[in-house]
Amino acid sequence: MYVAVKGGEAAILATHDLVAEARRGNEAVPELAVAQIREQMGLACARVMNEGSLYDPDLAALALKQSQGDAIEAAFLMRAYRTTLPRFGSSEPVDTAKMAIRRRVSATFKDLPGGQVLGPTYDYTHRLFDFALMDEASAPAAPNGARPSAQPLDASMPRVPDILGAEGLMEPETPPEGDPRPFDLTREPVSFPADRDVRLQAMARGDEGFMLGLGYSVQRGYGHSHPFVGEVRVGEVSVEFVPEELGFAVDLGEITLTECQMVNQFAGSKDVPPQFTRGYGLCFGHSERKAMSMSLVDRALKARDFGEATEYPAQQDEFVLYHSDNVEAAGFVEHLKLPHYVDFQGELELIRRIRKEREERLARETQALPEAAE
Amino acid sequence: MTIHQSIPGEDAKPAYNYAYLDEQTKRMIRRALLKAVAVPGYQVPFGSREMPLARGWGTGGIQITAAIIGPDDKLKVIDQGADDTTNAVSIRRFFERTADATTTEATEEATIIQTRHRIPEAPLTTGQIMVYQVPQPEPLRKLEPRELETRKMHAWAEYGLMQVKLYENIARFGEVTTTYDYPVSVNGRYVMAPSPIPKFDNPKMHMSPALQLFGAGREKRIYAVPPHTSVKSLDFDDHPFRIQSWTEPCGLCGAKDSYLDEVVLDDLGNRMFVCSDSHHCETRRDQGHRGPMLGDASTLHLVDEAKS
Repeated sequence: MYVAVKGGEAAILATHDLVAEARRGNEAVPELAVAQIREQMGLACARVMNEGSLYDPDLAALALKQSQGDAIEAAFLMRAYRTTLPRFGSSEPVDTAKMAIRRRVSATFKDLPGGQVLGPTYDYTHRLFDFALMDEASAPAAPNGARPSAQPLDASMPRVPDILGAEGLMEPETPPEGDPRPFDLTREPVSFPADRDVRLQAMARGDEGFMLGLGYSVQRGYGHSHPFVGEVRVGEVSVEFVPEELGFAVDLGEITLTECQMVNQFAGSKDVPPQFTRGYGLCFGHSERKAMSMSLVDRALKARDFGEATEYPAQQDEFVLYHSDNVEAAGFVEHLKLPHYVDFQGELELIRRIRKEREERLARETQALPEAAE
Repeated sequence: MTIHQSIPGEDAKPAYNYAYLDEQTKRMIRRALLKAVAVPGYQVPFGSREMPLARGWGTGGIQITAAIIGPDDKLKVIDQGADDTTNAVSIRRFFERTADATTTEATEEATIIQTRHRIPEAPLTTGQIMVYQVPQPEPLRKLEPRELETRKMHAWAEYGLMQVKLYENIARFGEVTTTYDYPVSVNGRYVMAPSPIPKFDNPKMHMSPALQLFGAGREKRIYAVPPHTSVKSLDFDDHPFRIQSWTEPCGLCGAKDSYLDEVVLDDLGNRMFVCSDSHHCETRRDQGHRGPMLGDASTLHLVDEAKS
């Protein structure tokens, strides 16, 4: 035994203490409460719920607290917990047409049934620091007074693709035969080519940054796409479950969702007239950037179905699905920290030997041709 | 030798099943294992679970061990051949906590040996199970990134691409330059990744009396080599497979036939070579073997000579 590998156990235990200390930071500063994170870091919690594939704002907040705000580490905590939970069934499909809307914008129509609802968005804020937030007990900012006085929204907010679909201009979206229960990629291995339920599921839990980059690549020419935001909507939907022993749906509560439907061009083919095609994104919480990126990539991944070339990364299901999972990717990238000295020794031995043999060969050649040495 | 044995402690979580995985998941893994044993070298897809340890850090091996371990087993965990490397310690602690496992560092005592990057130097025996942690189960992946294609290549035993790669190595460097994860042909049928063990260890897989199981958690594949199965490292008649060798013996135990790690001693180019298999090295020193640098190492407290 030599020092380099001795004492692993004690060293590991020490890292646990050190990381706990680092997490807490300066003890003169009050500790964050999980509820504070949940209420005041809601977008971060949404990201952790998406990438952790578990809708639980409290646990997401706890995960962020425990991981010092590291979103991927927090998603990892969520997933490692989620995998131990018993499955007692699948909910009824949620109906986003019946969403209690907080925000709903369409880029394809100036006005539409239900209207445009801006809701809470950073879109039109100027990114100037609000230094008043530096004060801990800042008084709530005085409202601008522009808020419409509790004006009720329309009860009916049809989804834009449905409006286009009524005219037959939109690619129809019909469930596969028999409407089977969607694949669960956390319980079964994925095979390729992957069906759309698998792709959507993988993207919903995929890394936001990776999905954003891929979606952006589609827009910049690495994939043929000219998308319009048919609609982005954010709000609450209720989740219903039919217990076997009851036989009717029971309301389990509501969850916040962001849905994006991207409208894309399609020139049509021999059999299909020109029509618009869909890209779909659905995420937990208020996660517009993620849902939009996802819907761009969803459309790109349909390339094969429309007989388009699949030459770019965003159009290749293996590329997207294997590499969008940030917990897996982080694990494998970071495993490079683990000792590799056995393999490295093999490489050292090889390169030393090849160099030695090369030098010997060169020396022999020089001897054989003494005049060439000049 | 040291026996690590935890006392079923107050930190053992009753909420978790024995060996962490639930019984349904264990059954699913065992079914995949049976299929893998039945078709040696074939990669069986399985529903790899999220584990509380990071992907790429041995979750495939951990899931296999969790699916096969029982109260009577003795578990040895090694990484780079050593029982004391940090990740081996971490995985051993995981099974001590979740399966109340009896653990050992002695190769001959172990019934299950979970490993990363090495096969122990001591010959394995009937009844032992090797569990390999596999980062990339697909030996053809570096030649063809698409899984859709590589599965077809295996189905048709279409391994020409691999032969061409090895040939190109020889044409360019005079030898095959793969030093670890050196591809093998199992039972004359499937080309298989032996996991990143040095090619030094490849011959130990051939006709081994032990059952060899391979788990790739992130890639969701399980494969196996049953006992007494042929495992041949790919080569050419005029360029036979050869393994690494060193010009000097282990500095601590004097072994001339073991895989050696290089330890850099200073910035003046001084280094020593020591067995990567820590248990093998200790056993040899206990038997009285003395390497040329053991005295120095002892003075520098690099080794604990008092340890029996």
